[in-house]
Amino acid sequence: MLYDIFVDPFVQMYQMPDFFLQVLWEGFVAGILYALIALGFVLIFKASGVFNFAQGIMVVFAGLTLVGLHENGVPAFLALILTIGVMGVLAYGIERVVMRPLVNQPDIILLMATIGLTYFLIGFGELIFGGEPKRMITEELGLPTGSTAFEFGERGLVILQHIDIAAAVIAILMVTALGIFFNKTRIGRALRAVADDHQAALSVGISLNQIWAIVWFAAGLVALATGIMWGARSDVSFALEIIAFKALPVLILGGFTSIPGAIIGGLIIGFGEKIAELYWGGLVGGGIESWFAYIIALIFLLFRPQGLFGEKIIERV
Amino acid sequence: MKHLKTWSFAAALAVGVTAVGIAPQPVQAQDSNYVPLLTYRTGPFAGSGIFIANGMNDYLQMLNERDGGIGGVPIEIEECETSYNAQKGVECYESTKGKGALVYNPYSTGITLQLIPKASVDKIPVLSVGYGLSAAAIGNVFPWVFNAPTTYWDGASVVVKYIGEQEGGMENLQGKKIGYIFLDAGFGREPIPLLEQLAETYGFELLQYPVPVAQMQSQSSQWLNVRRDRPDYMVMWGWGAMNPTAIKEAAKIRFPMEKFIGVWWSAGEDDAGAAGQDAAGYKAMNFSGVGTDFPAIQDIKTYLVDTGKTQTDEEMLGTTLYNRGVLNSVIIAEGIRTAQELTGKKVINGEDMRMGLEALNLTEERLAELGLSGFSYPIQITCEDHAGSHPVFIQEWDGERFVKISDWIEPMSDVVRPLLEAAAADYSEKNAPWPERSEACAQ
Amino acid sequence: MFYREAGQFKTSYEKDQALFPIRQDKIGLGVILLIAFVVIPLTANDFFLASIMIPFLVFSLAAIGLNVLTGFCGQLSLGTGAFMGVGAYAAYKLTTIFPDVNVILLVLTSGIFSAIVGAIFGLPSLRIKGLYLAVTTLAAQFFLEWCFIRIGWLYNYNASGAIEIPTREMLGVVISGAEATPLARYFVVLSITVVIAFLISNVLRGRIGRSWMMIRDMDIAAELMGIRPLQTKLMAFAVSSYICGVAGAMMVFFWLNAAEPSSYSITLSFQILFMVILGGLGSVGGAFMGAAFIWILPIVLRAIPSMLGVDIGAETVEHLAFMVIGALIIFFLIVEPHGFARLWQIAKQKLRVWPFPY
Repeated sequence: MLYDIFVDPFVQMYQMPDFFLQVLWEGFVAGILYALIALGFVLIFKASGVFNFAQGIMVVFAGLTLVGLHENGVPAFLALILTIGVMGVLAYGIERVVMRPLVNQPDIILLMATIGLTYFLIGFGELIFGGEPKRMITEELGLPTGSTAFEFGERGLVILQHIDIAAAVIAILMVTALGIFFNKTRIGRALRAVADDHQAALSVGISLNQIWAIVWFAAGLVALATGIMWGARSDVSFALEIIAFKALPVLILGGFTSIPGAIIGGLIIGFGEKIAELYWGGLVGGGIESWFAYIIALIFLLFRPQGLFGEKIIERV
Repeated sequence: MKHLKTWSFAAALAVGVTAVGIAPQPVQAQDSNYVPLLTYRTGPFAGSGIFIANGMNDYLQMLNERDGGIGGVPIEIEECETSYNAQKGVECYESTKGKGALVYNPYSTGITLQLIPKASVDKIPVLSVGYGLSAAAIGNVFPWVFNAPTTYWDGASVVVKYIGEQEGGMENLQGKKIGYIFLDAGFGREPIPLLEQLAETYGFELLQYPVPVAQMQSQSSQWLNVRRDRPDYMVMWGWGAMNPTAIKEAAKIRFPMEKFIGVWWSAGEDDAGAAGQDAAGYKAMNFSGVGTDFPAIQDIKTYLVDTGKTQTDEEMLGTTLYNRGVLNSVIIAEGIRTAQELTGKKVINGEDMRMGLEALNLTEERLAELGLSGFSYPIQITCEDHAGSHPVFIQEWDGERFVKISDWIEPMSDVVRPLLEAAAADYSEKNAPWPERSEACAQ
Repeated sequence: MFYREAGQFKTSYEKDQALFPIRQDKIGLGVILLIAFVVIPLTANDFFLASIMIPFLVFSLAAIGLNVLTGFCGQLSLGTGAFMGVGAYAAYKLTTIFPDVNVILLVLTSGIFSAIVGAIFGLPSLRIKGLYLAVTTLAAQFFLEWCFIRIGWLYNYNASGAIEIPTREMLGVVISGAEATPLARYFVVLSITVVIAFLISNVLRGRIGRSWMMIRDMDIAAELMGIRPLQTKLMAFAVSSYICGVAGAMMVFFWLNAAEPSSYSITLSFQILFMVILGGLGSVGGAFMGAAFIWILPIVLRAIPSMLGVDIGAETVEHLAFMVIGALIIFFLIVEPHGFARLWQIAKQKLRVWPFPY
């Protein structure tokens, strides 16, 4: 028993290095994808303190809009642009109808409002596009398909999917772009000001409403990218919404307000759960992936309640 | 704002009050046979559910349009949306049973399990076509539950038999590894006892790869495990979004597709189509015909699709799961017809329907009369055997469509039947006091 | 005018602190109980009892349970569904081990198991607060759900992987299993819910309840005033999980008859949380109103098209119902973030001063 827990997994890692590499790669890709979803959460939380539960359904909604438009004969790139437009309208609508009237409410009310939004978007999306899963238009968008295999040694084999590589590249580009946007542009600075202190930001003439619309739009774009990537890996359907739960432990690890935290948290969870599932999961019958990430996050929180990069919480009476 | 609050309170009150008023109308004067269909066109399993729902609906509706129903009495069809959710499923059941429902098709193992004990109390049979509780095949224990044409355990035995054939004989299974990837719920766990027993008998190793519902669309760990274990064959029990993801992942790790066999619920065109050419060689069991070359399917096209009386697109006609839905309705319709013949009544009730189903004999000639020659293996249900353990065939995805590649393969009834009986006895013991069969056989 | 409390004097603190200090409230409650125990059983049909009243009461109880934790002690939890599941599986195991013991007793006992599990998962609450805590309770949700699937012992190794409720009698009346009439099940559910609601209302206005509220309002201040956060928070988790566990056991014993692990999924947690928030945080009466709204509204919405004779597909109705529910949730949160309980208070105030504006 002790051998199975403490020795055997490492022996396996050593004996099949190619497999271990493959596991690491899968962990990396999963981590990147979790990080993308987490990024959407972070953007909105940072600027408005709203824990946006609807991020998962926004991923589905963005993916469905893209595929749905294409199915109705819109060329792929035009569909992409139109979808970005739709996400913009959605962001504006959410800001105007949901967020603005709810300004200054407690966290839990805002959280509930986003779950209400989730219901609405599920109904709306299914009404327009139907509930059946759709195939992501990977090739039409010019994204790579297929895979490259690196063979070495006798049975050594590591397979890299091109779409996964593309996902990693796009995720890194998006994070860089967001980083530049936040740090170098006028709006980005205004955004950070809002994140720091709503009232102070208001008093120097920053429009909260405008900023919120912008972050929801940015989150919408992140959702679209996530939707394309997850969609390409399986398909675009409402079941994809469940994936969003995977982003929550990532958030805890990285902190609700940190963009690098989302990425690093995502990678820790991605690597952690794949390695745990493949080398230790078998001991308890497998399938531990569904909760393992939460346990990592939970243990972690006990030592650092605000996450890796979260802002330190100072309490005063 | 103040007025808004008052109004919203009034609105909430109004909702509460109307709720009291909407209890369903009592049984209306009947001149039709009422068949509620529990379907799901929304939720995580909608991808498979829509096909089934359309198939079930269309065949019954076509009978109404073409023949004016069954035996001259129209069928009243009512769909109730369950979203594959047990709570809503029970609500659908409760809201429709009072209207004289003849039979229920829950299309969810979870809802089926909830309805099984109710069936004998409310005297309405439950028909689970190729799913649900395998043990329900034992008619003496479950007089009100039908799972024709075949059970999961029969299916699992067919897979093993087929693999044995591919290997050149059952004795060659010795030392082979067979991987079993399944949806980690009642549905996927059902065949495990049988597979374990067969593994013991034939000396192959059974490797299990459960896929939790929440992980349906991210199965990379399971397939990495498959890659490490290198099983000789993979068997899949999947549903909804799990299927296309699994097939894509299998292609990704370059698992040989021709050694990957799915249950009949993993046999959808959309499931295999998601991986396109990469999925060529993927196999699945099936018990209902594929394609539109059946007069009855053509009638659906003429009477419903061409006239726009259905939501079905023309491309959906003839797909595996759509035809599965049609077969389900064929069994319902023939059950009603048999019941009408047995009782001499035109408008029947749930008890008559049970008798009709129990005496169901869908011979080859009858199938031909229905315009469904070769659509299904002749289905016969008896008092003792509510599944019939009918043979199934294997179909293969050639990159664009499914092609039938095997004959009808008989399940290993000698192994399955005793297990079914043991399971039925176990069920009735665990649910003691389980009611004894009090209904006489029809013949 | 209609709701005048003038002239009702209290001569002792005890009376002033009573559960229902005002006569009208007492009469109102009496009328509601009369309707629930006499009028509804006499008039309602099976569908109304089985598909509206029983689920409504079960959900109300679960919402009260979550309200104890979230509304009174301020600890946000998304693991309600799993805690209900613990109660259900515990009750199922108990009734198969002790088939002769009264099933109501077992249902009430099963809550204890749920309370223990809840207290264990409540431990992180000592260090973690707010949304972070909410996410950690999800760990309980997913871990327990996994246990329900993986630990065969919990469901007696049934081939179906689900728990199926056997027939049980009390005083010669069948109260669980398929043969139980909706009326019998309704009475059982109603009695348990009313009794627990009454007990918990008393706990809430007593020392324990007040210490929960102190923790909710400002935990550091509460600590300085001598409230021990460890005991208090864990007690809240345990009591809340107990009630949720009983509700979960009732859900499968008296309503669904069989349950797969997915019956106790995250969706259920959200359903209950909605009831609590819309009903009003920190209000027992609000839990009932929230449960009524969230459970009954979709049924009403689904029934509207057929009542109006409009012929649209079942799934379109479902989609529209989803949209309307989502929109209404947002609408109510905007209009009155304190929930129906507050609306009820406003209404009472209006009745009090009518016909004058204030």
